[in-house]
Amino acid sequence: MSDRSVAVAARRGPLHAVSLPKGETFAVTRAPDAARFVLRGDPAGVAAFGPAAPGMLRASESGSRAALRLGPDEILLLAPGEDAEAIRGELAAKLPAGAHSLVDVSHRQIGLVVEGRSAALCLAAGCPLDLRPAAFPIGMATRTIFLKAEIVLWRQADDRFHVEVWRSFAPYLVGHLSDAHAGSSDP
Amino acid sequence: MLLIHCPYCEMDRPELEFRYGGEAHIARPADPMATSDETWAEHLYFRSNPRGLHAERWRHISGCGRFFNCLRDTVSDRIVTTYKAGEARPEIDRGAA
Amino acid sequence: MSEHFRLSGATGRAVRFVFDGVTYQGREGDTLASALLANGVHLIGRSYKYHRPRGMLTAGAEEPNALVAVERGRGRMTPNLRATQIELYDGLVATSQNRWPSLAFDVGVINDVAGKFYSAGFYYKTFMGPKFAGTALWTRVFEPIVRYAAGLGARPTDPDPDRYAQFYAHCDVLVCGAGPAGLAAALAAARSGKDVILCDEQSEPGGSLLHETTATIDGRPARVWAEEGLAELKAAANVRVMARTQAFGWYAQNFVALSERVADHLAELPRGARERLWQVRAKRVVIATGAIERPIVFPGNDRPGVMLAEAGRIYLNRFGVKVGSRVVVVTAHDSAYRVALDLAAAGVTVAAIADVRSMPLRARMQEAEAAGIRVISSATVTGTKGRRRVSGVGIAQVGGDVVGGTDWIACDCLLMSGGWTPSVHLYSQSRGKVVWHEDRQMFLPGASVQDERSAGACRGSFTLEAALSEGDRAGAEAAGIETARPSFAITGEAGTEGGVLGRLPRRPGAKGKAFVDFQNDVKADDIELAVQEGMRSIEHVKRYTTTGMATDQGKTSNLNALAIAAGKLGRSIPQVGLTTFRQPYTPVTFGAFAGANRGDLFDPVRQTPIHSWAEENGAAFEDVGLWKRAWYFPKPGEDMHRAVLRECRQTRATAGIFDASTLGKIEVVGPDAAVFMEKLYTNPWAKLEPGRCRYGLMLNEAGFVMDDGVIARMADDRFHVTTTTGGAPRVLHHMEDYLQTEFPDLRVWLTSTTEQWAVIAVQGPKAREIVAPLVAGFDISKEAMPHMSIREGTVCGVPARVMRVSFTGELGFEINVPADHGRAVWEAVWAEGRKVDAVAYGTEAMHVMRAEKGYIIVGQETDGTVTPADLGLNWAVGKAKKDFVGKRSLVRPDMIVDGRKQLVGLLTEDPAIVLEEGAQITATAAPAAGTRALGHVTSSYASPALGRSIALAMVAGGRDRSGERLYVPMPGGAIAVTIVDPVFVDPKGERLDV
Ligand SMILES: [Zn+2]
Repeated sequence: MSDRSVAVAARRGPLHAVSLPKGETFAVTRAPDAARFVLRGDPAGVAAFGPAAPGMLRASESGSRAALRLGPDEILLLAPGEDAEAIRGELAAKLPAGAHSLVDVSHRQIGLVVEGRSAALCLAAGCPLDLRPAAFPIGMATRTIFLKAEIVLWRQADDRFHVEVWRSFAPYLVGHLSDAHAGSSDP
Repeated sequence: MLLIHCPYCEMDRPELEFRYGGEAHIARPADPMATSDETWAEHLYFRSNPRGLHAERWRHISGCGRFFNCLRDTVSDRIVTTYKAGEARPEIDRGAA
Repeated sequence: MSEHFRLSGATGRAVRFVFDGVTYQGREGDTLASALLANGVHLIGRSYKYHRPRGMLTAGAEEPNALVAVERGRGRMTPNLRATQIELYDGLVATSQNRWPSLAFDVGVINDVAGKFYSAGFYYKTFMGPKFAGTALWTRVFEPIVRYAAGLGARPTDPDPDRYAQFYAHCDVLVCGAGPAGLAAALAAARSGKDVILCDEQSEPGGSLLHETTATIDGRPARVWAEEGLAELKAAANVRVMARTQAFGWYAQNFVALSERVADHLAELPRGARERLWQVRAKRVVIATGAIERPIVFPGNDRPGVMLAEAGRIYLNRFGVKVGSRVVVVTAHDSAYRVALDLAAAGVTVAAIADVRSMPLRARMQEAEAAGIRVISSATVTGTKGRRRVSGVGIAQVGGDVVGGTDWIACDCLLMSGGWTPSVHLYSQSRGKVVWHEDRQMFLPGASVQDERSAGACRGSFTLEAALSEGDRAGAEAAGIETARPSFAITGEAGTEGGVLGRLPRRPGAKGKAFVDFQNDVKADDIELAVQEGMRSIEHVKRYTTTGMATDQGKTSNLNALAIAAGKLGRSIPQVGLTTFRQPYTPVTFGAFAGANRGDLFDPVRQTPIHSWAEENGAAFEDVGLWKRAWYFPKPGEDMHRAVLRECRQTRATAGIFDASTLGKIEVVGPDAAVFMEKLYTNPWAKLEPGRCRYGLMLNEAGFVMDDGVIARMADDRFHVTTTTGGAPRVLHHMEDYLQTEFPDLRVWLTSTTEQWAVIAVQGPKAREIVAPLVAGFDISKEAMPHMSIREGTVCGVPARVMRVSFTGELGFEINVPADHGRAVWEAVWAEGRKVDAVAYGTEAMHVMRAEKGYIIVGQETDGTVTPADLGLNWAVGKAKKDFVGKRSLVRPDMIVDGRKQLVGLLTEDPAIVLEEGAQITATAAPAAGTRALGHVTSSYASPALGRSIALAMVAGGRDRSGERLYVPMPGGAIAVTIVDPVFVDPKGERLDV
């Protein structure tokens, strides 16, 4: 063991060297670094985090925190990166003993904001879900697929989606979204 | 690509989000060590493979993650109904499939 | 060249194009077919078997003859396109196919003379049996000739440089076909506000209305009605109108595939997509795919210049092109009279209308005669003349069964109409059963299987009024509208009655090839011969003669073939049966199917957080599942062998650093976590203390090893589970399966953390020296952190989980840090490592070092039939445990029988020989053929630690064979090997205890 201080390791995300599509009708941007936890167990436990417990396949928000109900007992918690330690402490204190699992997945995946008039169309290059607003309304969030990658898709506005994707699949997803954007324009 | 109704999501979802899990209602014996070799082999390897309605397991693996059961007609490849894991196989008239 | 056959007053901008090296002029808006016809060119290809000259038969997607290749630069040669669908652009270059050396003079025409060679079933008859099979004559002479001669078009040789896009789409109402029925349907549905997609294969939606110059709809010319409707649809926000888009395949639950030709009509290909594949999920579908005119079967019906009648009208009214200057019309259907009238009005001489019916409708005959056109009733065609273009047609009259004398009529174009076949392809693909209507002599859609409805000509409703009303009703119904529907007032419509099936009457013994399937060169005689030779079902006739099996799927031929077979069999058409329609309706390019899924985007290329460092440091990579893993790090001048040797030696001498990030990781959390682990792994977990690790072995219920990995207990209720790289998703799925369906009462939850952590393995005697300076918050000394323990703290200031584990047999640590920090921490570790001459090593060295220690790799030593006992891993099986997944199976008779294959080490007698993995092992050097192998080599390497080759193997009863000499027979002779213990290095594990 050493008391010598070492430089705190820098961060580098999976899209470090990847250029993101950016156009008038379609843009993909990186969401800020986030604290992410998978909360398993009774969804009522979300209250300890802030937002109200979301219904199935819905997101609920409170301030800068969001909870996405991906399954009957699975909730993805998203918050600003600097809240990570605080959340861990708060939830440890507030959640009833033995009824939940809380796992830090902040680095497992990244968040992308996919927006613009062509956002739903470009996502439809790989996602077979019906993304029309009536079928996939604002506030809906679900795990689904994009070609050979699994994603979490959360509609925040008619023309804006938040996408969570495991880090090693991110370049693949972005590559396909770029390609879809190019392929969606009419000559 | 089929649409499959996930009884947990309560939505029709594209087949690509699901994974097939073999025949349903084959419960693991509570005490496997107490079973005979024949019974255990039956449990491991023997399946009904019917022509017509087949109760089978699916998992909404790229969705809510839950295993559930479904009745599928192996002749028409139509899914007649889906239901949550642990629920009894629904009584469905074979003719209705 | 000028366009001799173009109507004067053509307005389209003139463009130039090249066909078979000759430059022609056409017009914007032309198809290649219409432009060639404008220049008087009918000859466009050679037929498939007989190499007979062929011309355009149709004006649409059903075209069987006019297949050409379009060349537009490197990688952009597209064969087998239908000239009737190729839109002309300035500079288009097209070539004919199936001819050598030239279209006008073709050597293959010998087949036409030696025609017997190619009669029905020739494939089966000619090359059957020992006479040919496998002989040099077959493989060297006939097969190459047949393959060369039989190829349809040439394949492109360069990679396709264009972009192909794919999208899923969802709508309430999908309308396939934008003729009168489809337009009416789309308009009705669109007005309800529902989401509508209207697709049509042509460049312009409108279908038959595009060339309808006589009829009016609600007082407006039909074409104007169509234009207005289209304008309304295009302006509606809830409608997507897709031209050049073929609905080609129908799959389960109204899942319909469309292929959109985005850019092929443009002189300059854009940067966007050339084609798009749409996978549409529609709540309801309206099928409005129209009908296809049928050729008539008579001798010489395939000469260039012999065309379908309506095609003549389409070329005239839509493209301003006369298909000839002197035309004869042979028909069984009223619609061809309108063709004759339109042609006559345009100044084309219509020499005669030969109607095969004895009593053509009086009104039609009067109209024709008023235009000065002779009508011959009860007509049959005895033959045609002309080599590369029809020059005359022999017409005879039929009285009773007697065919009278032939009257030869000169012509340069022969238009025929055997009536109309409803296009039931999509309906049939939707699994609907077509129903034969004896009175109308056609197959029509029966009951719906999916939520679709057919409207217009595709369900046999040929009048404009019926098409519009049915379309309108179908569209309204599909959109859920229940209001009363309007009616449509129609004037000036062409006739809609008539039709003939099968071959026309002929004199006994009359000769001449009467074609049924033009693309596959199947004649009426072939079909009759097939029946004569015993084929009873149309499915057999089809395969025997290949009728309907060409790329056009028999769109123009199926019904005639069926009628001829039925006639010969003396059975009704439904008794003989209709062959099944398959997707795709028309050929779809591989590009459309592949979409963007090629090259770097074919599969996700998963890279670890440390990948970029490995790349910058010259690593060679290997694919492990979807992952790219650093394989070895060659220094300049090093090959793989030398690099691996150095990496292994240096790791054992000082230390090696290895990127283990791809290891699967699962966090198992909850009060019942240990209970769950007891059930899923063979090992005992209840008493494992927090902070300690254990090697875990996972079986499937059948008792076979499915995964392994080191598992750390973080807390009473929390395990950090690692899995093999490839096994991570499988293991999680397996765990979820048991948790959800067998043990749902356990309070435990599973979360994948594979990608949360970057994992840096530091292995070797100097490992502690490297790691120590970077760690804070815990003690990694030998005493404080024994082998198989885990500690949480920080490394390089970031939260870390550090395990003391080894997969090399050396002192080792695995540092887990949040993935974004992986590269920076790696660099810090590397900097420390450099101080002790550590190396970075890749997966190959990892494999070698673990094999030296006899550690198995699941999937390499195991193949799904291997038990823990087979591997000598019984120490990892908790004997006292009452149950775990796979336990019961371990005592099944076959699992405890003597002579199962067991893991052993092998040493070759010649230490320089490295065995081949997968090689079989036998008791004798030259076993007799059929001798069962004793086992096989599972891993084999040159071992740097031993300075010789080593191998692991699975050998029957292997552990009792220690010291035995066995053989590995190879092509160059058997290799002698000795069975040894599988642990080659440090069997006592002393190197770990430092
Ligand atoms: Zn679900």
